[in-house]
Amino acid sequence: MSTPTLPPPAPPAVLMSGITKRFPGVLANDDVSFEIRPGEVHALLGENGAGKSTLVNVLIGLYRPDAGTVQLDGTRVELSSPGDAIAHGIGMVHQHFRLVPTFTVTENIILGRQGPLKLRDAEERIRALGEQFGLAVDPTAKVWQLSVGEQQRVEILKTLERDAKILILDEPTAVLTPQEAHALFDTLRSMVAGGRSVVFISHKLDEVMAVSDRVTVLRDGRNVGTVETAATSQRDLARMMVGRDVVFSADDVEDRPAIDHDRVVLRTVDLHADDARGRRALRGVDLEVHAGEIVAVCGVAGNGQRELAEVICGTRRRLKGQVLIDGRPTVGTDPRELIALGVAHIPEDRLHTGLSPSASVEHNLVLKSYRHAPASSGPFLNHRYIRRNAGELIERFDIKTPGPQTPTRLLSGGNVQKVLLAREMTGTPILLVAASPTRGLDVGAIEVVRGLLLDAARRGLGVLLITEDLEEGIALSDRIVVMYEGQVAGVVPRGAADVIEIGLLMGGKA
Amino acid sequence: MIRLERRADLPRWLNWAIPIGSILAALVAGSVLILASGNSPFSTYSRIIDRAFVSSGAFSATLIAATPLLFTGLAASAAFKMGVFNIGGQGQYVMGSISASAVGLAWGESLGKGVIPLMIMAAIVAGAAWAGIAGALRAYLSTNEIITSLMLNYIAANLGSWLIFNSRSYWRLLTGSGLMFPQGKRLPETSDWPLLGLGSVSVPFGFLVGMVFAAGTYVLYRHTRFGFEVEIIGDSPAAASYAGMRTRRKVLAVMAISGALAGVGGASDVGDFRHILDPKGLGQSGYGYTGIVIAALARLNPIAVIVVAVFMGGLDNAGRALQGPGFPAGLVGTLQGLVLFFALGGEILARYRIRRAHHRIAGPVASALAPGTDSPGGGRP
Repeated sequence: MSTPTLPPPAPPAVLMSGITKRFPGVLANDDVSFEIRPGEVHALLGENGAGKSTLVNVLIGLYRPDAGTVQLDGTRVELSSPGDAIAHGIGMVHQHFRLVPTFTVTENIILGRQGPLKLRDAEERIRALGEQFGLAVDPTAKVWQLSVGEQQRVEILKTLERDAKILILDEPTAVLTPQEAHALFDTLRSMVAGGRSVVFISHKLDEVMAVSDRVTVLRDGRNVGTVETAATSQRDLARMMVGRDVVFSADDVEDRPAIDHDRVVLRTVDLHADDARGRRALRGVDLEVHAGEIVAVCGVAGNGQRELAEVICGTRRRLKGQVLIDGRPTVGTDPRELIALGVAHIPEDRLHTGLSPSASVEHNLVLKSYRHAPASSGPFLNHRYIRRNAGELIERFDIKTPGPQTPTRLLSGGNVQKVLLAREMTGTPILLVAASPTRGLDVGAIEVVRGLLLDAARRGLGVLLITEDLEEGIALSDRIVVMYEGQVAGVVPRGAADVIEIGLLMGGKA
Repeated sequence: MIRLERRADLPRWLNWAIPIGSILAALVAGSVLILASGNSPFSTYSRIIDRAFVSSGAFSATLIAATPLLFTGLAASAAFKMGVFNIGGQGQYVMGSISASAVGLAWGESLGKGVIPLMIMAAIVAGAAWAGIAGALRAYLSTNEIITSLMLNYIAANLGSWLIFNSRSYWRLLTGSGLMFPQGKRLPETSDWPLLGLGSVSVPFGFLVGMVFAAGTYVLYRHTRFGFEVEIIGDSPAAASYAGMRTRRKVLAVMAISGALAGVGGASDVGDFRHILDPKGLGQSGYGYTGIVIAALARLNPIAVIVVAVFMGGLDNAGRALQGPGFPAGLVGTLQGLVLFFALGGEILARYRIRRAHHRIAGPVASALAPGTDSPGGGRP
């Protein structure tokens, strides 16, 4: 809603010109110019590695550019530390919150402040700010008692309390329900209405369309273009981001897999389990996945989805209940049992749990099969087979790697996920449990991973897709299972999926 | 302006260049000290090289000094490879020494040279068991193996002293001079390990055994399923258990292997050199701790451990031989310290690359040192 205030034109709130930043082997920002007007929500869009983080890190004083200048309100500034940026009224809400769980909201907000201060006054100020911007949160509550959405509000309040004129949010909706996301959008609108500016970093095109005034798209470290949101479409943005057309929604997917309703590859009965901190995470989960079926498990992070995947795959002990794979009951204490039964698993933390980051690509590709021929014979590894296997999978799954011996952590996020999927899809799996398989990937890689999930179902595997991305769940699945507080809050079949209804189920309000 | 940037990957040649460069840098720094002490660095170094490797009998003496370091270096690298920090090489070395001398004393006469493999076996068992204590505590009770293995060193040292000084044990000489000065019994000569002549050089049997173990460790870690599991567990325990690996058992096994290697060092100590149980000498040697330095310099590669052990053994040997007027006392120790110092400094080069900063915007660039997770280098296609 940036009404051009002519004449004279107000200087942009932020003008970054010719920003170039080089890292070893990477030109992260190549002569990027980026302008933020006062009073606008400006979305910053781009695939992973496109240079968004680098650009923002220059703006918040974390990186110094090799070339280029930053102007704030028409005045050139040197931002040589995050402190400088804060002093200039630039605030950032990181994807991973930087809060002290055992401190109160107020204590967190005034943390690091110098000089005399009255806690009571600060509380009042925070309460008032919260009311003004629709950021309701109790200033005296301890942070660990707050929901993720509330913690995010604390982070935003922190920047407002420091009188930030420019607020940068990095993927802010990843942890929110659709309803919470809309509340956040309202907050952002009320902030820009008061003359502030918001930079909104996101992967989700629908949100970008919903909240932003303008969009800047980065690709390969360059600014591809800045467009008025009202004059563009999701498809155009996707094309700018990837440089070509992208298959997107489920409607584009023809040839849906055929479901074999007679074969239940996964059945859980009254599953109970604790999370890593010993709190009850699953309270009686019953669900079924048929051969050739994709079942999406949706919910706000932390409602037991992760533990559900781990219990099914034998990496977390269940306290009660049963997991049947293809009708066979399991013991569930040893991942090897489930591997042998044909359960493939894409864990949430793919680089550190699903893969050994410093081990080579070829070794990661035999991480589960090294115990048996042909990857080993007797106690010895069969290096020749391991190399050949890697060559075949690298080709078949189009994994971009300098070579089979490259440490896996050096690959891009999408290729890391391909290594994992390539390994899990070899052999004869009957069930694929995929936890947030597209999170953090760029649009091109998301497309590939979704295609591989559909392929798996077409091959007759049952797929349990755990996702926080509701659009993804709706697009890919035959049924959506919504989890709330360790239980199944509802099951929504394909075609009847309604975002509002699912959102209510996710919030436990149905 | 110089700045450091995190490396994405370590080029292969640096694996060699860094240790060699560290040694050269240490020699340069050492020459400053030698000059300060009024000597000529060139002649001092040439004397060291002469007495370590060149002059008659020098290389044989160097191999003798290198043999214990070879074993403890192997022991440390075997454990550190999996991120298990066995600091207990010293204690395992002592336990190997105690058990091998017991076997030698008991069966040296009756078995003749056949007692030697038995001494090695006994030392393997004792070293593995001693390290296994710390290993089991780590694997099943999650205690810190650095602390437990270190504490076990003191227990082993005290056990050795007690056997010779505070008890009438089987190891103690209770006749003749042993009545006046507490000391260990001399093992029967049949249990002495042979010296093998190779031209003008005589190679201690223990050194050969060490080379065999080095090769064995190399094969084990490089070419077997076990080695594969060690690699994965050392890199990411979460990935290892996800893949169904038995990580606890592997921790125990790796500690036992490490302890066994150090233990055989103790057996070689008795068989090759001392021929008695000498707790005081073992304690003063500190071989177990030097082994950690050897392993670090060798970048945990068992084959490189052989080379580094011979180099450090050579310095030791030359230092002993040259001690006296005209040769600065403690110079060799200082040099060894400098080598380690520069080697650890060289680790920075292994992890970061040095770049000259070209920035048109003035000011310090300490902040250019990007935190690893944020570095776009990690997300490179």
